[in-house]
Amino acid sequence: MKLTKLLTTAAIALGLATGAMAESHGGKTKVGFVFVGPVGDGGWTYEHNKGRLAVEAEFGDKVETVFVENVPEGPDAERVMTQMALDGAKLIFTTSFGYMDPTLNVAKKFPKVKFEHATGYKRDTNVSTYSARFYEGRAVQGTIAGHLTKSNIVGYIGSYPIPEVIRGINSAYIHAKKVNPDVQFKIVWAYTWFDPAKEADAAKVLIEQGADVILQHTDSTAPQAAAQAAGNVYTFGQASDMAEYGPMPRVSSIIDNWAPYYIARTKAVMDGTWESVDTWDGIGKGMVGIGEISSAVPADVKAEALALKDAIASGAYAPFTGPLKKQDGSDWLADGETADDGTLAGMNFYVEGIEGTIPN
Amino acid sequence: MLRLEKRPQPSQLWTYLTPLVAVIATMIAGGALFAFLGEDPLVAIRTIFWDPLFSEFAFYYRPQLLVKGAPLVLIAIGLSLGFRAGIWNIGAEGQYIVGALCGAGVGLAFYPIEGWYIFPLMVLAGAVGGMVWAMIPAVLKVRFGTNEILVSLMLVYVAEQLLASMSLGLLKNPQGFGFPGSRNLQQYASAHNAELIAGTGMHWGVVAAFIAVIFSYILLNRHMLGFHIRLTGQAPRAARFAGVVPARLILICLGASGALAGLAGLFEVAGPSGQVSINFNTGYGFTAIIVAFLGRLHPVGILLAGGLMALTYIGGEIAQSNLGLPSAAIQLFQGMLLFFLLAVDVLTNYRIRLKQREVA
Repeated sequence: MKLTKLLTTAAIALGLATGAMAESHGGKTKVGFVFVGPVGDGGWTYEHNKGRLAVEAEFGDKVETVFVENVPEGPDAERVMTQMALDGAKLIFTTSFGYMDPTLNVAKKFPKVKFEHATGYKRDTNVSTYSARFYEGRAVQGTIAGHLTKSNIVGYIGSYPIPEVIRGINSAYIHAKKVNPDVQFKIVWAYTWFDPAKEADAAKVLIEQGADVILQHTDSTAPQAAAQAAGNVYTFGQASDMAEYGPMPRVSSIIDNWAPYYIARTKAVMDGTWESVDTWDGIGKGMVGIGEISSAVPADVKAEALALKDAIASGAYAPFTGPLKKQDGSDWLADGETADDGTLAGMNFYVEGIEGTIPN
Repeated sequence: MLRLEKRPQPSQLWTYLTPLVAVIATMIAGGALFAFLGEDPLVAIRTIFWDPLFSEFAFYYRPQLLVKGAPLVLIAIGLSLGFRAGIWNIGAEGQYIVGALCGAGVGLAFYPIEGWYIFPLMVLAGAVGGMVWAMIPAVLKVRFGTNEILVSLMLVYVAEQLLASMSLGLLKNPQGFGFPGSRNLQQYASAHNAELIAGTGMHWGVVAAFIAVIFSYILLNRHMLGFHIRLTGQAPRAARFAGVVPARLILICLGASGALAGLAGLFEVAGPSGQVSINFNTGYGFTAIIVAFLGRLHPVGILLAGGLMALTYIGGEIAQSNLGLPSAAIQLFQGMLLFFLLAVDVLTNYRIRLKQREVA
C-alpha cells in the first residue's frame, strides 16, 4: 500500500513537473474556469465567462484561459479540475457552491496550483473563497418591487433554500415592506440554478396567484419571457443584466461583476503575491452592480432606489439594520444594530412577516 | 431501387458488426461536426478517443475510466436482464438515488463510530434500497397491470425530490453552516469506499461491476433462469408453456436491476462523490440504457460499451478544455452514437436488396 502510494505521488509529481515545463516554454500563465452551466445561459455562468474574457483582454499574450462548461457538481468536477492542473493551469476558478469539496480534494494533490472557489466556506493554503453581497442588490430590488406592485403580491423564485438565497429573500422583503406595508411575498422553490422549463413554470404559477412583480434567484431568462407573455408583470435581471427584456418586464437587475476580482487574482498569481483569502464584496467594491433602472419605473421611485444604492455603496446604510425580528417573533436585531457577517453567512431563518416555512 | 427485405433469422455477423459500424459512423459525422466548428477533426477525434488512454497524462485518465465506467456497467447489466425478457425498467436513475440515500443513511447513522462492519451494512442497505424502489413498478405491474416504463420513469422524479429533501433535512451535515449536503463520507474511514490500491481508480464498485458481468454471463448461458429470461423475450407464449411464471420473472428482473442500480449509487456516494447533495445524480441511470443497447444486452458487450461511453465522457472533457469545443457538441457526439447504432441495427434484421421498380 505504501509503495503504491509513493509511486502514485511520484507519478503525479512527474506530471506536475512536465506540466510546469510546458508552461515555462510558452511563458503564459494558464488560468482555468469550471462552469456549472453553459456559457450562454445569460445569467450566472455568462457573467463568470465575461470575467474570464476580461482576464484575457487585460493580460493578452501573457495568459491563456481554458474553461469547461456544464460540469456536474461531484466527481466529474474533480476530474475536470485535475485535468486542468495536470495541463499546467496555475490558477483555477471553480464557480459553483457544489464544487466545494472537489476543489479541496484537488487542491491537496496540487499544492502549487492556486484555487478560487465561488460562494463556499472551506479554505486551504492554496484555496481562496469569494462571493458577492448579492443581498445588497436585493435591498434596491425590494424597494422598487414594493412601489411597483399593485396587487401587493411579489413572487419570488428561489433556487435552493441555502443561506445565500434566504438572505436575498429577507433583504428584498424588508425593503419592500418599508415602502409598502401591505406587501406579501409568495415563494416558490425551483430546486435548480438553471432550468428554463422549471423556471418558466414557477413564474407562471406565481403570476396565476396574483403576483405582478417576480424576483428570481435562478439564472435563466425564462421567467422574463413568462412575464412578458403575461403582460403587466415586472421582473429583474438576475446575475446578468438581461437588458433584452427591458424596459418591460425587466425594470432593473443585479449584475455580478467578477472581472475586477478575476483580473486582480490572476495578477497576484503572476506576481507571486497570491494568498488564500475570503472575499465578500458588494456594491461598494463594484462586485455587485445595479442594472439601468428602466423608464417603466416612476422617476421618484428610481431616485429613491438610487439613493439607497449609494447609501449602501458608501457604507452609510446596511441592508440588515435593526429593529428586526425573526419570523417566529423573537428579537433578532435591536434598533440601529447591524447583522454581523457570521450570522449572515449562515442565515437559515425568515424575518418577521414572511409567510411559509423554509423547506428542509 | 433499394429495398429492405426481412431476414428469416437475425444476422449473427451484423449483430456483432453494428456497434463497430456505429462507432465509425459517429467518428465520421462527429469529425464533420467538429470541422464545421473550426477544429481539425482528426485532432478532435484523437483528443476524445486517444488522449485519455495514451497521452502524457494517461496515468490519471486510465483509472478515471474505471471510476466513470463502473456505475454504467453495473446498472446496464441489471437493465439488460429485464430488457432481454421484455421488461423495461427506465427508472434506474431513481433506484440509483434511493440506493445511495439508504446506503449513506446507514453509514451516517453510525457516525462517528469506526468499525469494519459499517461498510458491508451500507452495501446491503444500498442494494435493498434500490431493489425496494424497483419493486414499486414491479408489484404494481404484477398486481394491477400498470405499465412499468411509465411508473419506473416517474419514480425517478420522486426520487429526485427525496434526494433534495434528504440533503436539506435529515441527512444534512450538522456542521455545514446550514448549507445543503451531508457529511463527506470520504472523511469517515469506516464508510469510505476508498481506492483499493491508490492511484488505480479501483474501488469496490469497479470490483462489483466485474463480478456482475461474470455472474450475468453465467446466469444467461448456464442457468435455467437465464434461459427463461431469454425465452420470455423471444417468445412469451412459448415461455409460458415452458413453465415460466411471468409475475415471478417481472419481480426478479426489476428487483435485480434495482439492486444493482442501488449498489452503483452506494459505491458512488461513498466513494468518488462522497456526499449526498441535491445534484448527486448525474444521469448514470439513463446513460446506462444506451450502454446496455450499445453492448447488445450481452454482458461482455456491456463491459466494452461502458468503457467506450466513459472514454467519450473523459475525452469530451479534455476536448472542451484543450480545444475549446462547446459541451453541447460533445453531447451531440454522444447522442450520435446511439442514433447510428439504432440506424445500423436495421441491418441485423433486414438486408438491403437491389430491386427493379415494379409497375403498381
